[in-house]
Amino acid sequence: MTIDLGRGLVLRNPVMTASGTFGYGEEYTDFVDLSQLGGIIVKGTTLHPREGNPYPRMAETPSGMLNCVGLQNKGVQYFIDTIYPRIKDFDTNVLLNLSGSTLEDYVKGAEMVDTLDKIPAIELNVSCPNVKQGGMAFGVTTTGISQVVSEVRKVYHKHLMVKLSPNVTNIAEIALAAEAAGADSVSLINTLMGMAIDAEKRKPKLSVITGGLSGACVKPVALRMVWQVANAVKIPVVGLGGISSATDAVEFMLAGASAIEIGTANFIDPAVSAKVVWGINEYCERHGFQKVTELIGALET
Amino acid sequence: MTKKIADFTLIGKQDFGRSVLLQLRTERSLPEISPGQFVQVRVDCSPSTYLRRPISIHDVDIRQNEITLLVQQVGEGTRHLAAAEIGDTINMVLPLGNGFTLPDKGEKVALVGGGIGIAPLYYFAKVLNTKDIRPYLILGGKTKNDLLRLADYQQLGETYVTTEDGSLGEKGFVTMQSVWQQQNFDKIYVCGPKPMMKAVAKLAAEKDVWCEVSLENLMACGLGACLCCVEDTVDGNVCVCKEGPVFNTRRLKW
Repeated sequence: MTIDLGRGLVLRNPVMTASGTFGYGEEYTDFVDLSQLGGIIVKGTTLHPREGNPYPRMAETPSGMLNCVGLQNKGVQYFIDTIYPRIKDFDTNVLLNLSGSTLEDYVKGAEMVDTLDKIPAIELNVSCPNVKQGGMAFGVTTTGISQVVSEVRKVYHKHLMVKLSPNVTNIAEIALAAEAAGADSVSLINTLMGMAIDAEKRKPKLSVITGGLSGACVKPVALRMVWQVANAVKIPVVGLGGISSATDAVEFMLAGASAIEIGTANFIDPAVSAKVVWGINEYCERHGFQKVTELIGALET
Repeated sequence: MTKKIADFTLIGKQDFGRSVLLQLRTERSLPEISPGQFVQVRVDCSPSTYLRRPISIHDVDIRQNEITLLVQQVGEGTRHLAAAEIGDTINMVLPLGNGFTLPDKGEKVALVGGGIGIAPLYYFAKVLNTKDIRPYLILGGKTKNDLLRLADYQQLGETYVTTEDGSLGEKGFVTMQSVWQQQNFDKIYVCGPKPMMKAVAKLAAEKDVWCEVSLENLMACGLGACLCCVEDTVDGNVCVCKEGPVFNTRRLKW
């Protein structure tokens, strides 16, 4: 089941949990043996603490949900001092999702995370739709992504995964720009920009009006984008967006993903990630695949 | 406290019109459950009820592995739950959040409930009775139809009632109950609609009495992971699901 994503990031299986849906792993240890997972990607962290957006931050939508949390977190230094010591010895890969508002924030944050022995990779979040400045702004143009990835690459020496926004015209171009700027892998998709309205009250359901859509409803879009990106880049692609079963995970791998992340489904079944690992194994046995890597891009068209 | 995901079987059901009492039993042993904690109930994962529904725990029978929920039908998810039939399987994650802080022996306590907010106070009053505390129960509703299981509540403590239409007890809001003039409480616990909880919190603050409230912000995960259900506190935005749902009012920016 082993997946080598390059530059020292080796997963014992292709299943990781998506940032912002699994806390710091600690919230789920009653339900999942973390050593069964390929990795966990902890909550989006910024150089400076952020309070996030006001409540309400969530709206249920058909087969999905919108959120506008707005990267609430206590900052990189707090992570290093307080959270890292608690989670560094988890028997799985712990990746930090790093976000920022300015280029300097990304670079400084990456420098600090580079010193953490037990964090083998950063997932660079250039695609959060819920912060006013920066964030997604870097992720929606080829020049923006080139700039942030190349600057972070200079200071970060371990695996650099870049999380892409689906809120773009041509995601393959963005992925190619990330690859050219030194990304070791790309993960996609982050949430799709959306909106929900309470007709009776004639008011938006989210405090900041728009938010990021996730859950089963985004899967077809995510799958299509993973397929397009996997056909464009040479670096590994990590697929996410609405995965809630082993079958979903297999579909992303067939479309070209080397690994996958489970997000919103963790809210519905806190034990789903371990079930997906088991189910991918079962699929491989049933279809006579010796290695899980044989699934990558095995779509027959 | 270990959390579990467990399948429960609906073994009893009592219909109260807009609300329904669901008695649920699991094969597995229940973890320890404190009054004020809640469960995340999986509805059916249909497009319109995709996420779990957070519901307060109305009663627990730890020896029988039973949990009782008092569910008010407010939307499609709770309507679906209310339609469950005896023998149906209902999946729950439990127990979640932190319960009420237990009072000290000999303290005089008021449990104040509004509407369906009376639900968690039943189990709380029962636990208090086992600790030789007989609470004052101050329960309010829009009409007498909102005061569910009133006779059962009356067994557990001195019960005072208000209704907005005057159909039962004193007319008005719970804060207008004359018992507030007659008694001085050491601790006040509140669960109900936010404006009602704010009004009771204000009353408690005026009397300089310790007060806890149970919040029910919209949530997704129930585990402190998604950060959707935050409440503004003196410590910044904190998750109601993980750091609450019970908060001391001094911590809230109300």
